[in-house]
Order: sequence, then structure tokens, then C-alpha cells
Amino acid sequence: MTISIDPQKTNNESLQPKGWLRYFSFSLDHKVIGIQYLVCGFLFYLIGGTLASAIRIELASPMSDFMPRDVYNQVLTLHGTIMIFLWIVPVVNGAFGNYLIPFYVGARDMAFPRLNAVAFWLIPPSGLMLVASYFVEGAAQAGWTAYPPLSITTPQSGQIIWILSVLLLGGSSIFGGINFIATIIKLRRPGLKLMQLPMYCWAMLGTSLLVVLSTPVLAGTLILLSFDIIANTGFFNPVLGGNVVVYQHLFWFYSHPAVYIMVLPAFGLVSEILPVHARKPLFGYTTMVFSIMGIVVLGLVVWAHHMFTSGTPPWMRLFFTIATAFIAVPTGIKFFNWVATLWGGKISINSAMLFSCGFIINFVFGGITGVALAQVPFDIHVHDTYFVVAHFHYIVYGGTVFIIFSSIYHWFPKVTGKMLNEKLGILHFIITFIGFNLCFAPQHWLGLNGMPRRVAEYDPQFQFVNQISSLGALLMAISTIPFLINVFLSVRNGKNAGDNPWNALTPEWLTSSPPPVENWEGEAPLVEEPYGYGKEISEQK
Amino acid sequence: MLNKNFYLILIISLVFAISFWIGFNVNLLPAEASINAPIYDELFKILFIIGLIIFIGMTIAVIYSLFKFRKRNDQIGDGIALEGNLSLEIVWTIIPSIIVLLIGLYSYNIYDRMGGMKELNHNHEMMSSNTEKIWAGISQTSDNEIAINNLSIEVSAMQFAFLFNYPKGNFISGELHVPVDQKVSMKMESKDVIHAFWVPEFRIKQDIIPGQPTILNFTPTKVGKYPIICAELCGPYHGGMRASIIVEEESDYNEWFNKNKKPEVNL
Repeated sequence: MTISIDPQKTNNESLQPKGWLRYFSFSLDHKVIGIQYLVCGFLFYLIGGTLASAIRIELASPMSDFMPRDVYNQVLTLHGTIMIFLWIVPVVNGAFGNYLIPFYVGARDMAFPRLNAVAFWLIPPSGLMLVASYFVEGAAQAGWTAYPPLSITTPQSGQIIWILSVLLLGGSSIFGGINFIATIIKLRRPGLKLMQLPMYCWAMLGTSLLVVLSTPVLAGTLILLSFDIIANTGFFNPVLGGNVVVYQHLFWFYSHPAVYIMVLPAFGLVSEILPVHARKPLFGYTTMVFSIMGIVVLGLVVWAHHMFTSGTPPWMRLFFTIATAFIAVPTGIKFFNWVATLWGGKISINSAMLFSCGFIINFVFGGITGVALAQVPFDIHVHDTYFVVAHFHYIVYGGTVFIIFSSIYHWFPKVTGKMLNEKLGILHFIITFIGFNLCFAPQHWLGLNGMPRRVAEYDPQFQFVNQISSLGALLMAISTIPFLINVFLSVRNGKNAGDNPWNALTPEWLTSSPPPVENWEGEAPLVEEPYGYGKEISEQK
Repeated sequence: MLNKNFYLILIISLVFAISFWIGFNVNLLPAEASINAPIYDELFKILFIIGLIIFIGMTIAVIYSLFKFRKRNDQIGDGIALEGNLSLEIVWTIIPSIIVLLIGLYSYNIYDRMGGMKELNHNHEMMSSNTEKIWAGISQTSDNEIAINNLSIEVSAMQFAFLFNYPKGNFISGELHVPVDQKVSMKMESKDVIHAFWVPEFRIKQDIIPGQPTILNFTPTKVGKYPIICAELCGPYHGGMRASIIVEEESDYNEWFNKNKKPEVNL
């Protein structure tokens, strides 16, 4: 395959800016693009987090008193959209995928470097456009789900900008997905078999299949919705004979797999991190691969569990109950395997390990409420309440965002050649873990007892619990401070990491840190056992 | 080895005991005020206990591993080169599958007892739209249809209010009055955007959709005043879109009904 250095590309490479300026250029280097994704995503995380803080300030008191009601709806819409489309999806897919996948398959870059750069550079303008829509006529205010007819009847400019922005981000996601599939399938180093790939490759293969299969459906749906808004068509507008429930089916056909697009890469990343810090092989490689693929297949046929109280006939409710509940089986296998990976290891208790274990605990909790929510009779009471808000934050924040932080602690030495400070890292973990659980655990009770989601005002009886939740949100906001201090201090003055500070066996560590532009000075190494801890110890020495 | 197994069994029994104790003694749900509520709470209790067992078990396993297998300062080298264990993995594939399947069957049973699998009939002999396609909703187990049904109510939702039309009495109310222990049948439709009808104490919820009527049947069991909450984002005042359902003794209800009867409109 394309193992030999493409002369055309090397020429371009020499024209690329050097030093920090290359992060602001149309770079074709997968490592630069990965970091661009990560930093860009993190900036949007700070914006989305600010919006979340605004929501929690509003909800610290039962009255709608912090901001106008329509602004509150804009804030919650932007919070959801930014966190999903501009932080989690680009970071767990784009950032870590771009940085790691070429190393893992033994390639010098992604299959389509220019498409890769285009995919990244779609993100900043669409994100800025989305944020800027607030200053035009108010941002979209129909929630990140944009259900018609509400999305048709609210101010148009905000909604149209939201649609354009999500379309661009969806396009970026599809470009990325195609690139990952092509890279994993076609750019593998000769001799490297599929079943020898690190688990993150499998996770990204599954995720990219979901991206390519389901994102176009969202794009089509949003284009039809935009016609309804600007051209008075009647696809979803009931006044013109449209059907609002069809929109929900089409929307969730993407947006439920989107959950797996957000968590499967995290499953892959944690499978890389745990074996290194536990000094043990990944437990049950083959079942892990099959459970990823099982989640991909099942993930495509569960979307209507978001619509149990909507217009779904009884048989459909039952089918989607069973299908959804069964996702717990492959997911459960992965969690048991991770705990078994820890079992009998020699575990270094560091920031990366703590965030990964925090992920396991939080995600198991979110998974259990997920199985409960899959049951129609259970869901009918708590649907569209704070119980659901708590559930999905346990999945996407307690799950994926914990893994993003874990990954940053794990791969920071790879990218910069410097170590992050462990004391600040552990402080960051402790504040995040306590803040997160304080913020979201009480929300289960709120939902069960009658507080719907997406409200700016609520019954006074819920005030105390809401204030606990807001306190947790404050801790989560504070937790980013030690993290940012840590990153800024360590980039300049961090302890030198050497090439392989964790003594890891996966291929990205078998080159210098930071790696050269072509990833390896010579041939890419053939890593047949990326998790061969314990047995290769004699050979290593 | 016996010793090890003994501790394992002890810990597992403790996890079960704690989970059952919490499951039976911690009430996270509001008052039960409809036929559906005790059925729902039964399901909730079972799921809560199973969930607690799994969550506490997994948390203990993670924290124990971190403690027991942590790298001591004097240690070098790797852990054991254990790559998997087929029988163990078969166990933790099959057991969760069985649990999930049983939960699924059980919740089917619960849903059936709530009336979810009943045909969606609205029981509206006055309405001419018998052929109208009803898309969704919750019907209810009915021993026998109430002969003279005053309790066919038409709900219309709009930004940001609910209106309750009592066709038998030819009046519209902003409050939903129903007699205790009688089956209520509601046909709901929205005038603008999607809303939802939720009474937490009844454990029922159904979206109210423009262009597609939905059905919601229920039987209140406890006299009192409960909130009706809109649960679907419907605009700026979504959080304030509330109404009340007043469950009263039949005599009180009849008095209220007769007072409002005739063409007069009570808004």
C-alpha cells in the first residue's frame, strides 16, 4: 500500500509552516489536524460549559429570573448543539482518530489528507456561525432536536443558521468517517492483520460506519425542514398536511446512532489506556471486537425509544424496548472485560487511570438508567424529564468526557514530549468526579418527582435539589481551572517525558515523542501484539 | 481457596442485601394516585434493585482492583499475561442476556397491565369520527366500559394552556375535574406545536400532537389536586404551561359537572 513516501506530499509538507503557526494552517499532517480538532473542540467546550453554567444559574431559583425565557431556550439549544456537534463528536472522532489511527495501522498519514483538512476546516466557521446567530435575530430556540412545528414557528433566521451549521458539521463528520474507513481498511502496513489492530481502530471502524450510514439521513431531514421554514413546503408542517412524527423518526435515525458515535470511540480509547496503566493485556480482544460490531448493528434499530410518548403504535414500542435493552449485553461485555483487564494487573494510579475508572463507574450508572428507560412503561413516566437529562449526561459527560480527559493525560506526553503534572491531574479528577455526580445524580430524583426538562421555572419544592445540582455544576466549572493551569505550565516547563514514558506497546509509542512528520524515521514497525504486556517483558529487556 | 470463596460469597450477599434494603426502603417516587401508579412502582422497584446490585457490584470490583492490584513502589514489571477467559466471557454474555430478556418480558407484562396493548378506542359515541385513525396513546384495562360515560373528554393544547372540553356537558374548562375510581378517556390534539400531558402522580404521559389525535385513558384512585405538566418543549413559556387535575368524590364531581352543564362556557 502507500507505505512509501509520496514525493508530491513531501514537497507540500516542506511548504507547510513550521512551529506553532502550523496549527493555524491548512496542514495536511494528520497529527496537526488531530490537535486542531482537539483545541478547537475544547474552545467550544468552554463556550458550551459557559452556557451550561448559565442554565444552572437560572435553575438555582424556581422563578425565571436570570434571563428572558426565549433566551433561556436559545441557551439550552446552543448548549446541546455545541457540546454534541462541536465538542464530543469532533474530539473523540476527529482529534484522537486523526492523531492515532495512522500510527495504529502503520501509515504515514490518513488515506485522504486534503479531505481530512477540509473536514476540520468546516468546523470553526460553522461553530462561529452558530454562536453568532444569537446576535442576528436570536439563535435557534427549539432545542437541539429542532422538532417541528416549534422549529417552524420560532424566529426563522436562528433556525436556518442552526440548520446550515449542523449540515456543515454533518458533512465534516461524513468526510472524516469515509477517511477513517479507507485508512483502516486500505492503509494497513503489510503484514498487519485486522485482528491485530488496537481496539480503537475497531471502535473507529464501527463509529465511521454509523456516521456514513446515518448522518446523510439527518442532512436530508434538515434540508426538508429548512424548505418547510423558508419555502412554505409541507413535509413536516401539519398546517399544510405534513407529519411531525415522521421528522422525529428521521431525526432519531441519526441522533440515536449519534450516541454511539460519541461513546464507541471512547470505548476504544479506554481500551488503549487501561492495559497500559494496568500492565496487562486487554481482556477478551475478540469479544470486544464483536461487541463493538454488535453495538453498531443494534444501534441502528433502536431510534424510536426516543419517541415512546410520541406517535408510536404499541407493537413498535415493544420492538424498540427489546432492541434497546439488548444493547446492554454487548455494552456489558465491554465493561466486564475492562474490569477483568484491571484484575491482577500492576496498576499505576495516575490521572489517566483515575479518569478511566471514573468513566467505568459513571457509565455503568448511566447504562443502568438506560436499560430502565428502554422499558416503555418506565419511560412513559420519566420521558422528557430531568431523569433523562441525568441519564444522558452520565453517558456523554460521565462517560465520554471523562475519557477525553483520560486520553489527554495519556497522550499529552506523546504529542508534546512533556509530562502533565500528576498532582494537578488528580486534583482535576477529584473535583470533576465529585462535581459531576453532585450535579447529575440528584436530577434523577427531580425527573421522577415531576420536573420536566427544558424549563426555566419549576415548583418551589424542587429548589433545594436544584441548588445541589447547581453547586455540582459550579464544581465542574472550577475543575477546568487546574486542568488549564496544568496544560499551560506543562507545555512549557513540564518534565521531559522521553519517547515512551508509559512503556506502552501500541505503535504510536514506538517512535519519538513528539513524532516526526512522517511518523517514523524508518519503516513503520509491525506490532502484532499491541497488548502483549506480561509476556514480552523478557524480550523487551 | 475456601477462604477466598467465602469472602466472595459474603460480599455478594452483602451487595444483594444492601440493594434489596435500599430498594424496599427508599422511595424516590411521588404519591400514587391512579391505577397505573402502583403497577409502575412495582416495575420501578424491581429495576431499581437489579440496577443497584449491578452498580454496587461493579463499583466495588473497580475500587477493589485499584486498591488490591495497585503498583507498589518496589514493584517493577507487568501484571499477569491473561488475555481472556472464554468460559468467563460466555457467562457474562449469557447472564446479562437472560436478565435483559426477563426484564423485557416483565415490562411487557407491566405495559399490558397498564393497558398499553389494548386497542386505542376513545369510546366517543357522540363523535362522528369513528373512522378516524388514532395513532398512539395509552388505552387502559377496562373490566367493562362505563355505560353512561360522561368521562369522554377532549383535550386541546395550545401555547401555553390546556383546555378540557366535556362534550356531554357541552362546556369547556381550564381545570380537569374527574371523579375518583372511574375510567377517564381523553382524546387529545394540539392546536399549534407539540405538547405533552403528564401527571407525575398518575405515572402517565402522552404527547399532544398537531394533526394527529392521541388517546390517553386512566383511572384516578385518590382524591386530590394534581399538576398537569407540559413535558415537551413548546416555546418560551413551556415551563409555565401547567394545569390542574382535580380528582373528587363522585357527588362533588356531579355537582361541579351540573353547575357547568348546558351551553355556558366556563373559561
